[in-house]
Amino acid sequence: MAAQTADLTADLTAQLAPALAREEQQDPFVIAGRTFTSRLLLGTSDAPSLDVLERAVHASGTELVTVALRRVEAASSSALVEVLDRCGVQLLPNTAGCRTAREAVLTAQLAREAFATNWVKLEVIGDEDTLLPDPVELLDAAEQLVDDGFTVLPYTGDDPVVARRLADVGCAAVMPLGAPIGSGLGIRNPHAIAMLRAAVDVPVVLDAGIGTASDAALAMELGCDAVLLASAVTMARDPEMMALAMRQAVEGGRLASRAGRIPRRFSATASTPMAGLPEL
Amino acid sequence: MQLTVNGEPVELPDATTVAALVAARRSGHDRVAVAVNGGVVPRSTWETTDLAPGDTVEVLAPTAGG
Repeated sequence: MAAQTADLTADLTAQLAPALAREEQQDPFVIAGRTFTSRLLLGTSDAPSLDVLERAVHASGTELVTVALRRVEAASSSALVEVLDRCGVQLLPNTAGCRTAREAVLTAQLAREAFATNWVKLEVIGDEDTLLPDPVELLDAAEQLVDDGFTVLPYTGDDPVVARRLADVGCAAVMPLGAPIGSGLGIRNPHAIAMLRAAVDVPVVLDAGIGTASDAALAMELGCDAVLLASAVTMARDPEMMALAMRQAVEGGRLASRAGRIPRRFSATASTPMAGLPEL
Repeated sequence: MQLTVNGEPVELPDATTVAALVAARRSGHDRVAVAVNGGVVPRSTWETTDLAPGDTVEVLAPTAGG
């Protein structure tokens, strides 16, 4: 099945490539000076095995993958990083589990030591039940980390004002949630995401809440620059197949956004011309 | 000397370096980070940093995350 999926990926990429390549040339996805050809960021949590994760990473086409730091006794096998290195992806450490700016800044500094990168997915959680971000601590941590030379990608709510504040202190992108982490509820407030997109000049990465491919496509249609998801792929019945679905959804949504959709109308418009209709 | 390593009380010989502790704990991980008493200990100073009685040490390694 892996080989069949790989062939399918090649076929579909070949179909999409000319239009996508043209669009990516005109308006590339750039974070902190690095250009990405994939607009799908993948989290690595909850994969049933490293083998499945590796196949999902390949099928997704991702170039940027999130990882975390934990006490060595509780951490994943050291083979995790070997597998991700073999995939050729850039690692994006997160600060998951941090509840204060102090914890998040220290975690980011530790991640910089461990992974030799100054990129960080900044998470500061303000509520244990909803795992919603704490905007006050988040902004404080973001400002400190930017000052310390980090490339900061903050996980934030869908509030355009907070997003603008994060961009103003120098975050390289903003990553609003579509719905609570792991909920798979999709984008609960599309209007807020569209407003947030319009409110900032930095890249917008829809992070958290994606459940299925249509959610990822909607994020792109709303103008997001990329999508970050984890459990929607890693906990799917077939993670490799879902990774391919997400890749195509992101590409399709991107193209639809750039192609310009037709206006919504409340009445029908005949798509077959009435001129020349015979009298029968 | 008595220290706390990753939340557990630990007895270590006096003047154990961070490098020695990491070597004993790393479990095959290359990308390890260490905090002592809430501050990062850069890898470049592991060999020259002695742990002290009462230190609180965190030895961290990569894990899967979203």
